[in-house]
Amino acid sequence: MMDDMALEDAALDLFVSALRARHGYDFSGYAPASLKRRVQQLARDLQMPNIGSLIPRVLYEPQLMDDIVARLSVPVSDFFRDPEVFAALGREVLPVLASYPRLNIWHAGVAFGEEVYSMAIMLWEAGLMTRSQIYATDLNDRALEKAQEGIFSSDNLATYEDNYRAAGGTAQLADYYHARYDLIRMRRELLSSAVFAHHNLVTDGVFAETHLILCRNVMIYFSQPLKNRVLELFAGSLVRGGYLVLGNRENLHLSSAARYFETVSDNNRIYRLKRTRQ
Amino acid sequence: MIDQGATSVLLMGGSAGSLPVLMDLFAAFPATSQAAVVLCLHTASRDSANLCSVLGDRSVMPVREATEHAPVAPGTIHVASGDYHLLIEQDKTFALSYDDPVHYSRPSIDVLFESAAEAFRDNALGVLLSGANQDGAAGLARIQALGGTVVVQTPASAQAPQMPSAALAVLTPDMAESPCELARYLRAWLISEGAQE
Repeated sequence: MMDDMALEDAALDLFVSALRARHGYDFSGYAPASLKRRVQQLARDLQMPNIGSLIPRVLYEPQLMDDIVARLSVPVSDFFRDPEVFAALGREVLPVLASYPRLNIWHAGVAFGEEVYSMAIMLWEAGLMTRSQIYATDLNDRALEKAQEGIFSSDNLATYEDNYRAAGGTAQLADYYHARYDLIRMRRELLSSAVFAHHNLVTDGVFAETHLILCRNVMIYFSQPLKNRVLELFAGSLVRGGYLVLGNRENLHLSSAARYFETVSDNNRIYRLKRTRQ
Repeated sequence: MIDQGATSVLLMGGSAGSLPVLMDLFAAFPATSQAAVVLCLHTASRDSANLCSVLGDRSVMPVREATEHAPVAPGTIHVASGDYHLLIEQDKTFALSYDDPVHYSRPSIDVLFESAAEAFRDNALGVLLSGANQDGAAGLARIQALGGTVVVQTPASAQAPQMPSAALAVLTPDMAESPCELARYLRAWLISEGAQE
């Protein structure tokens, strides 16, 4: 006999299959515990009693799709989140990247774009903006649109300003946005060399040779085999000596792809593609 | 990977006023056990290394920050990182998430307890200590529903009674005790878990 928990786990598998079969979104490589929480939350948000009830809606209500993907990929970030990481990028990484005539920077899993703008400000202040090409990708089209608009709540501005300064910012964060009522709009110049594009790390491949990849708090939702696959993808995209930045609690220790990378800063999760392939 | 995960787990949740209690409890723990200990403590600090060293000050059982994909290893006190949820997968490895706070908390005790309950079922023992919000009640209820044991610090003995009270409002624990009795009980449980194997 199947108990409630086993039933809900079976329903989760079927939900994931339905999503993949109907729309091509493959969540089967996601870490199950947090995926289950999100799908249960999705069921509550859509006023459904359980995960199983979501399956017909996935199959027969294509208009729900954007909303479902948006909710399953819950994007959260801040401007200059973990400022010490940005400070390390400014100190140790950008001076090296400055030696390249052209720079390709990939933000993988960009969410609402706070980090793209943070990095763009860093590039601006380092004088690297005009030779940089920024690729900002996500599987969540709705988040991509919002990221491109560059409009954010001003609620946490004081924190952002502190973060910016702790990250080594040389001007004021206010120089980079226009404030209106309780919103800020990032200056368009920051996006002069940015492309926003749909890209799913689970199913899509390498699209450019890159010098720096930022993928923070994205792979914590992946199980180990998928994480390995994505790290292989990054290794295939980076130039030799190119940099990879992960979230503060992510690590390469248990990954089979760790052999491609060497550590630049353990604390800040900054890695570098080895110059020789092994 | 060879499964090095523990077969049973002691899950602990604490918030305001629980740090001194935790340090007393840890001081009573044996050096080794076949069971793992996992702690979710609400803290404003994101300096988890420092928290581990404070918590480990009087503990003979090693205290470590829980890291993603690592096994829930026996004889170790695993501590949830600041500002991330900690979950346990069915294969008894740790997973992290940066989803929204639950009860204004990240890490949230509910998130840890609910996932751990599903992974360990009747081999889970959940302990909820002093705290000033509602986190942990739903998690304890899930542990109980799946056959695990639940223990609550008595509100009268807690610096902040709200958290144990919130749990007592929704469930009848197997035991409600003061920190002194809890120390004795948990020590015995950790030792007997070793003897059973």
